[in-house]
Amino acid sequence: MLIDKKHIGMKVPQHSVHLTAWQLKWFAKATGEKNPIYFDEEAAKKAGLPGVLAPPTFFFCMDMDKEHPFDYLETMGCDLGKMLHGEQSFVYHKPVYSGDTLTFDGEITDIYDKKNGALQFVVKDVKVRRMGELVCDVHSVMVIRG
Amino acid sequence: MTTANFDALKVGDEIPSLITEPVSRLTLALYATGSGDHHPLHLDQDYVRSKGIPDVFAHGMLGMAYLGRMLTQWVPQEAIRSFGVRFTAITQVGERLVCTGKVVEKLEQGGEKCVRLELTCANEQGEAKHKADAVVALA
Repeated sequence: MLIDKKHIGMKVPQHSVHLTAWQLKWFAKATGEKNPIYFDEEAAKKAGLPGVLAPPTFFFCMDMDKEHPFDYLETMGCDLGKMLHGEQSFVYHKPVYSGDTLTFDGEITDIYDKKNGALQFVVKDVKVRRMGELVCDVHSVMVIRG
Repeated sequence: MTTANFDALKVGDEIPSLITEPVSRLTLALYATGSGDHHPLHLDQDYVRSKGIPDVFAHGMLGMAYLGRMLTQWVPQEAIRSFGVRFTAITQVGERLVCTGKVVEKLEQGGEKCVRLELTCANEQGEAKHKADAVVALA
């Protein structure tokens, strides 16, 4: 079943995330990060940073940091067991740190298929802001296998 | 070895690579904790078999995080203007990932001197898992 293109333009309900050093510490451990500005508050402050630095891909994690991160796909009737991550990109405007509170405003910007519908693609673009200031653009393409 | 200096860099220059430990089930559990992505495709053998998939596999974003680490080992993170990945193959448990990158373009963007890098995350046999690019501002 093809996803209805009427969902293009659908807004994803806004959510906000308070970024903690605890979460970043686990991310650093999981990814083998050795530079302490990514997991140690003291080291980050010594380096002149206001908090632990969120690494480049962490915006995706924060975008997913809600009870049903793929609710937009479920709304479209997709089986999340057939989902693959197709593409992911970021445009960076400002670094973010532990202690920051960020808001995420997403929109479905495209839906298309390839191979006669065997692969369907759902594109989501998210604006991440801190106190109203744009800090990152997050672009995701999820693939649903038929 | 390439220093991150605009004038010194040439198209074709490689940046320092990064080779990971083999991705284990523990890696995936830790990544689920660190990233908040607890999708059962990466954690639950019973679930994936019920979907006709033989085994759990790595989060695509784990490989992108490794590519990000390669970048931030080379330049301060504030220098990264954009970073994008296409996930071209699934990373299986047990695979060691090799991240490499090279300069493909020198450009001016938003009044800054930048280089565009082509990045690859592959297994040890050379099968590309992720093809990526990044634009980095350099002094």
